[in-house]
Amino acid sequence: MTGITIAGGTGPAGRGGTGRATKAPPLRPQNRQLAILLVLLLVAIPLPLILPSAQGAVAVRILIFLLMAVGWNIMSGFGGMFSFGHAAYFGLGAYTSAYLLVEHGVSPWIGMLAGMAVAAGVAVVIGYFAFRYKLQGAYFALATFAFAEMLRLIVTSTEFTNKAVGFSVPLIQGSSLWKIQFAADSPAYFWIALALAGLAGAASILFLHSRSGRYVTAIRDDELAAASLGTPVMRHKLMTVALSAAITAVAGAFYTQYYLFVNPDLAFGSSVSIQAIATVVIGGIGTVWGPVVGAIIVGSLSDVTATLLRTPPDFLNFLQGRSGLDVALYAILLILIVRLLPKGIVGTAMARWRR
Amino acid sequence: MTILNVTGVGKDFRGLRALSEVEFEVGQGEILGIIGPNGAGKTTLFNVICGALAPDTGRVLFAGRDVTGRSPDRIARAGMVRTFQLMRPFGSMSVLENVSLAAQHERQPARRLRERSLEVVERVGLGQWAHRPATELPTAGLKRLELARALAMRPKVLLLDEVLAGLVPAEREPVLDLLADLREQDGTTLLFIEHIMAAVMRLSDRVLVLDQGRVLAAGSAEEVTSDPRVIEAYLGEEPAGAEG
Repeated sequence: MTGITIAGGTGPAGRGGTGRATKAPPLRPQNRQLAILLVLLLVAIPLPLILPSAQGAVAVRILIFLLMAVGWNIMSGFGGMFSFGHAAYFGLGAYTSAYLLVEHGVSPWIGMLAGMAVAAGVAVVIGYFAFRYKLQGAYFALATFAFAEMLRLIVTSTEFTNKAVGFSVPLIQGSSLWKIQFAADSPAYFWIALALAGLAGAASILFLHSRSGRYVTAIRDDELAAASLGTPVMRHKLMTVALSAAITAVAGAFYTQYYLFVNPDLAFGSSVSIQAIATVVIGGIGTVWGPVVGAIIVGSLSDVTATLLRTPPDFLNFLQGRSGLDVALYAILLILIVRLLPKGIVGTAMARWRR
Repeated sequence: MTILNVTGVGKDFRGLRALSEVEFEVGQGEILGIIGPNGAGKTTLFNVICGALAPDTGRVLFAGRDVTGRSPDRIARAGMVRTFQLMRPFGSMSVLENVSLAAQHERQPARRLRERSLEVVERVGLGQWAHRPATELPTAGLKRLELARALAMRPKVLLLDEVLAGLVPAEREPVLDLLADLREQDGTTLLFIEHIMAAVMRLSDRVLVLDQGRVLAAGSAEEVTSDPRVIEAYLGEEPAGAEG
C-alpha cells in the first residue's frame, strides 16, 4: 500500500516510524508460554517420588482440577461465553469412557477419545442453538446450567447408564497402562494426569495465539465489531466450545479411572461446574496461568475440607460426616477474590507487573 | 458501473418507521456523501447495507449479487466494510493486533501479516501507537483505528460513519486527504455519513439526503444544499455548517 499517510496529530509518528515501535519482542508470547509450561512440567515430574503418598493423591486431584479449569477457561475466559454447566462435558467424558470400559471392555484411552468427541459434539449442538438465538451473559449461563442438570436427570433415570448407581471400574490384576490401572499409590497416575494436563495446557496456549484464537478474542471484546471486520463468528465460537468441552471431558474420563467410580452426582452435579468456575476465577479468568494457580489452591483446599469432614478436630465435631463444606469455602473464597482481586490472582499480578 | 444498488429498503423498529423506500445507486469509485438530521436513519441504512440488520422490505445488491440479509461477516469478507460512529476497539488488544485481526482474512505468513498491518497502522498515522493497548488511544486515535481496521480488509466499498466527528479541524485535513487518496490509489468506493458540510462539499461526487427514513434529495453537493426541502428538513439550520 502506497500513497498518503496521516502524520502528526496523535504523536510524532509518520511515514518512517519503523524504529523502536516495530522491533520484534525477543520471544513471541506463544513460545515463551510454551517454554514456561515445559519447565513447569519438568519440575513436576519428580514430585510423586518426593511427596508422601497422601500428598501424592492431592497432587493428582490438583491436576484433575487443572484439566477442568483449562477446559472451562478456553470457553469462558478466552471466549467470554460464561458456562455454568461444564459438568455436562465432564460427565459426558466420564460416562462415555466408563460405559465403554464396563460394558464393552474398551480401553479408557479410547474411551477418553470417544468422550472428547461426544462432549465436543454435544457442545457444538447446544452452542449452535444458544448462539443462533443470541443467548448472552446470564441467559447463556443459565442455559448451560439447565442443560447440565437435564443430563444429570436423564442419566439418573436411564437404564443403560445404571440410573443413580453409576459405574464402577472393574478391577484388574496388577497394573496396565492400556487400562489406566495401577496400584493405588503408584506415581503412574500422577504422570498420566500430568501428561494430559500438559497437553491441555499446550493446546490452550496454541489455540490462544492461533488465527482462530485471535478471532475468538475479538468476538469476546466486541462481537459486532468483529463480525463487521469479517470474522466468521459462529464458526469460531463453535470451535471454541468444542475444544473447551473436549478438554473438560478428558478430566472426567481420567477422574473415573483414578477414583474407579462414577455416578450422576459426581459427574453431572452442579458442584463440578462450580469447581471449574471457582478454580479459574480465583486463578485469573482468561489468563493462561490462572487455571494453574487456581487448581493448586482449590485442589489443595478441597482436600483439606475432605479431611476435615472425615476426621474433624474435637472442637469441630459437628462437621463429622457432613458434606458441602468445600463448596461453602469456595463461595467465601470467590466473594473475597471478586471483591479484592477482580481479575483473579494471575490477572491482578499481571496488571501490577505492567505498571 | 454500479457497485452498490439499494432498492425499496424499509425497516421498522416496533412500529417506528426507521427507513422507507430507500433507493439509490453508487458507481464504482464514486464518493457518496450521506447527510440528514439526527434520527434520519443514516446509521440504520449502513446497518442494513452491511448486514447488521435485516431490512423488512427491499434489496441490497453488491457487485451485482443480492446480499440482503446475509451475515455481516460474509458481507465484510466480500469487500463491503463499515466503520462505527461510536468507536468499537477490541479492548484487550494492542493497536497493531486490532488491525491484524482485520488483515488476517487473507491467509498469509505471520510475518507478512505483521508487515501489512504495520503499513496500515502507519498509513493512518498511528505508527507510534502500534504496540500500545487500543484503549489508551484518545478519541482521534480511536477514529483512526476504526479507519485502519477497515482499510486492512482492502475494501471495495467503504462505509464511514462520521469518521471526522470528534476531530479538531487540524486533524480532519489529513483524514480527508487519505480518503481522497483511497479512491485515487486503491479505487475504493466510499459512502460516508457526515455532519461537517465542508467535508461533504469537498469530497463527495454526489450527496444523498435522508430525512425521517426517506431519501429527501440526491445530487451534487451544490444542488442538494440549495434545495429548499433540504433546508426545511434542517429546520432552518444552515446546512453548510459553520464548523467546517
